[in-house]
Amino acid sequence: MKNTIKAGQTKEGRKTLIGLGFITFLFLIVIKVSPEKSPAIIDVSLSYFKEMIIIFPAIVLLMGLFMVWISKDIVLKYMGAASGLKGIIISIILGALPTGPLYAAFPLALAMKNKGASITNIVVFLSAWACIKIPQELVEFQFLGLKFMLLRLTLTTIFVIIMGMVIEKLTKVIE
Amino acid sequence: MSPNAIFINSFVLLCLIASFLKDKRKTRNAIKVAFKSLLKMLPVVLIIILLIGLLLGLASPETISKFIGEQSGWGGFLLIAILGAAAHIPSLMAFPIAASLIDSGAAITSVTVFITTLTMIGIVTLPLEIQLMGKKFAILRNGLSFIIAILIALIMGVIW
Repeated sequence: MKNTIKAGQTKEGRKTLIGLGFITFLFLIVIKVSPEKSPAIIDVSLSYFKEMIIIFPAIVLLMGLFMVWISKDIVLKYMGAASGLKGIIISIILGALPTGPLYAAFPLALAMKNKGASITNIVVFLSAWACIKIPQELVEFQFLGLKFMLLRLTLTTIFVIIMGMVIEKLTKVIE
Repeated sequence: MSPNAIFINSFVLLCLIASFLKDKRKTRNAIKVAFKSLLKMLPVVLIIILLIGLLLGLASPETISKFIGEQSGWGGFLLIAILGAAAHIPSLMAFPIAASLIDSGAAITSVTVFITTLTMIGIVTLPLEIQLMGKKFAILRNGLSFIIAILIALIMGVIW
C-alpha cells in the first residue's frame, strides 16, 4: 500500500515536470506570436506569482508543523467508534489537522472502518481532509478574502455532515 | 504585503515559535519537511501561474463570463463542476485558480462549485478509493459530493 502511493508520487512528479516543460513552451510561443498581448500575460503571471510567494513558505511551514505534531498514530488513536455529535466533531478535527492529498487519507479511512467507526464519521473525516484544512483555508483567505472563506467553510461543514448521514442511510438501504 | 498576507505570516510565525519552545528537534524536522514540500510544490506553482497568465491574458473577460459568468446558465456551471472533479491538482492551487477566474468575470457560483469538486472528488484516485473503501462507498461519496458541491455553490450565489 505504502509502496503503491510512493511509486505513484514519483510518477506524478515526473508528469508534473513534463507538464511544466509543455506549458513553458506554450507560454513562450504565445508571447513570441502575439507581442501585443505579452505584457498583459506577463503582468498577470507575475502578480499571481508575487501573491503566492509571500504566503507559500508560511503555508508549507505550517503544514510541516502539523506533520510533526499530529502523527498518523495520534489520528489512529482518537478515531473510532465515538458516535453522535461528539463523533462528528472528532472526525472533523482529525480530518482537518494532518496534511497530505486526499488519497493519503483512504488508508486511514479504512482503518477507521475496521475500528468500527460509523459511515457518517468516515465520510465527514474524508471530507474534512479534502476541504477543511487550516493551511488550505489560509490560502483561501489570501486569494478570496475572509467573507468568501467563512461562508464557504460554514456551508461545506453543514453539507458534509448531512452527506455523511445520507450515505450511511443509503448504504444500509442498498444492502 | 496585503493585510491578509501579514496575518498569515504572523500566525505561522507564532505557531513556529510555540513549537520551537516546546520541542526544538521536532521543529527542526518540521522546517526540513516544509522545505522539501516547497521544492516539490514549486513546479506545480509555476504551471498554475503560467496557465493563469495565459488564461487572463488571452481570453477576454467577456469570453470567460460568457461561459461561466452570471448570465451563462447551467451549461458552463456544470462544465466547470466536471472540470474540477476530473482535474488532478493539489487542493492548495484551487484558490489562486478560483481568484483568477473571478478576476476574469466568472460567477461566484461557478468558482465555488469548482473549488468543492476539485478538493472533494477524485476521478483519478477513484480506483484506489474503490479498492480500499469498496465500490458502493466510493461511488456514493464522489457522486453525492458532486451534488452537495452544486448546492453549496447555489447557496453561496444567493447569499453573496
